[in-house]
Amino acid sequence: MIPAAFEYEKVKTVDEALAALSDSDTKILAGGHSLIPAMKLRLNRPAKLVDIGGITALKDIKEQDGEIVIGAAATHADIMYHNLIKKHLPLFAEGAATIGDLQVRNHGTIGGSLAHADPAADWPAMVLAADAVIELKSSNGRRRIPATEFFTGLFSTALQPNEIITEIRIPVPPDGTKSTYQKFVQPASRFALAACAVMRFTDGRTNIAFTGVAENAFRDGGAEQAIAGKALDDASIKAAVNAALQGVSVLGDHYASVPYRMHLAKVYLKKALHKVGA
Amino acid sequence: MSTKINVTVNGVQYSHFVEPRLLLVSYLRDVLHLTGTHVGCDTSNCGACTIHVNGKATKCCTLLAVQADGCNITTIEGLSNNGELHPLQEGFNECHGLQCGFCTPGMIMTAADLLQHNPQPSEADIRHALDGNFCRCTGYHNIVKSVQYAAQKMKEKEVVH
Ligand SMILES: Cc1cc2nc3c(=O)[nH]c(=O)nc-3n(C[C@H](O)[C@H](O)[C@H](O)COP(=O)(O)OP(=O)(O)OC[C@H]3O[C@@H](n4cnc5c(N)ncnc54)[C@H](O)[C@@H]3O)c2cc1C
Ligand code: FES
Ligand code: FES
Repeated sequence: MIPAAFEYEKVKTVDEALAALSDSDTKILAGGHSLIPAMKLRLNRPAKLVDIGGITALKDIKEQDGEIVIGAAATHADIMYHNLIKKHLPLFAEGAATIGDLQVRNHGTIGGSLAHADPAADWPAMVLAADAVIELKSSNGRRRIPATEFFTGLFSTALQPNEIITEIRIPVPPDGTKSTYQKFVQPASRFALAACAVMRFTDGRTNIAFTGVAENAFRDGGAEQAIAGKALDDASIKAAVNAALQGVSVLGDHYASVPYRMHLAKVYLKKALHKVGA
Repeated sequence: MSTKINVTVNGVQYSHFVEPRLLLVSYLRDVLHLTGTHVGCDTSNCGACTIHVNGKATKCCTLLAVQADGCNITTIEGLSNNGELHPLQEGFNECHGLQCGFCTPGMIMTAADLLQHNPQPSEADIRHALDGNFCRCTGYHNIVKSVQYAAQKMKEKEVVH
């Protein structure tokens, strides 16, 4: 399978990328591990690709002013192996290891995954649970938008066509924070049939995010409230599981019917809460 | 419209004008005639096309040749050292890690990436690392043994790869 012809420009800086984006029908190319398969199937045929793979500054992972800052072009593997991440954000290392396979993790990027916003992608749930803020740049300037306002629907986000995701900023979780990513893997595609990211703070606040369950990843306020401030025991976990997914329009497809996917999501929430409570 | 690329493949430098839509696997097979890299699915799933780009296992049916401009590429043809088989090649030979052999170059290139990060992998580590490589013949069992053989051999030889 061969993509339709397109123009190609490799840029060295974010400013060059923003300038190139002003051409019509132009798309950013990061790892290419969502875009190229879609172009090979001709589901997508942009006139021009702007390759940001050469912008080294976008691959940085660093700690700055109490936040972990991950460049949008950092690959899943870069994040998973990084010492800062292993130390402060084990949730991201654990979750990244479940993405696709070793080769996909070597090329796919966090920014690409967030921009693509596949309903079953893993990063959306992780950034939601970690209270991340996503930084976007356009030729008009910069804006920072909380992950909770970023995902707007099926493959839809707050990203505008003239914007680039530049970094993902996560407040360093205080010592004693527990987290986990629990994913039921579709065995052929390795995407999530349902997955749950949980971050539990020492003050009892509990962030709970799902992916693979609805049109976009989301925080489950009902489940969070049910467990907030309570000790994690069988009774409180049961209450959170019962409270989960209220008002959520759960997806059904040929892999998982609506009731089955709902069941899976609740089972994976239960597993996650037991894990952070252990 | 063509774009010029410069790549080093198995230690040899090449320079070509290519169409941006040319996939790296087509460049390797059809332009450089390095046909050890196979195309199984052409949809990023089977891993038969796995090579190393700057030392990282890559499904090159899902990368454009232009994205590899300036990169150092190793294919299965570049793995042996002056005729001496790489411990993984030796392992697949010794442990019957292949039957038809179609998946083998990809399996070996992926396993080589694993051993760089994790020189003494457990069986579970090996199976997880090979998640993206399909074999329709062996049932994987002897592939795992082949990788274990190579890990042991590399430890004995203290070969750094
Ligand atoms: C076999 C296979 C299995 C996979 N399994 C999983 C899985 O289990 N879980 C999972 O989450 N994902 C999975 N993926 C998807 C993979 O993680 C992709 O790499 C990722 O979704 C996209 O990242 P990319 O860098 O490859 O983006 P690209 O494919 O380059 O781009 C994707 C989209 O994002 C846009 N974009 C990219 N970067 C930016 C940016 N910085 N700013 C604005 N827009 C941008 C592009 O224009 C494009 O529209 C799988 C992919 C494959 C091929
Ligand atoms: S041919 Fe590339 S993954 Fe199957
Ligand atoms: S040996 Fe035949 S596909 Fe693996």
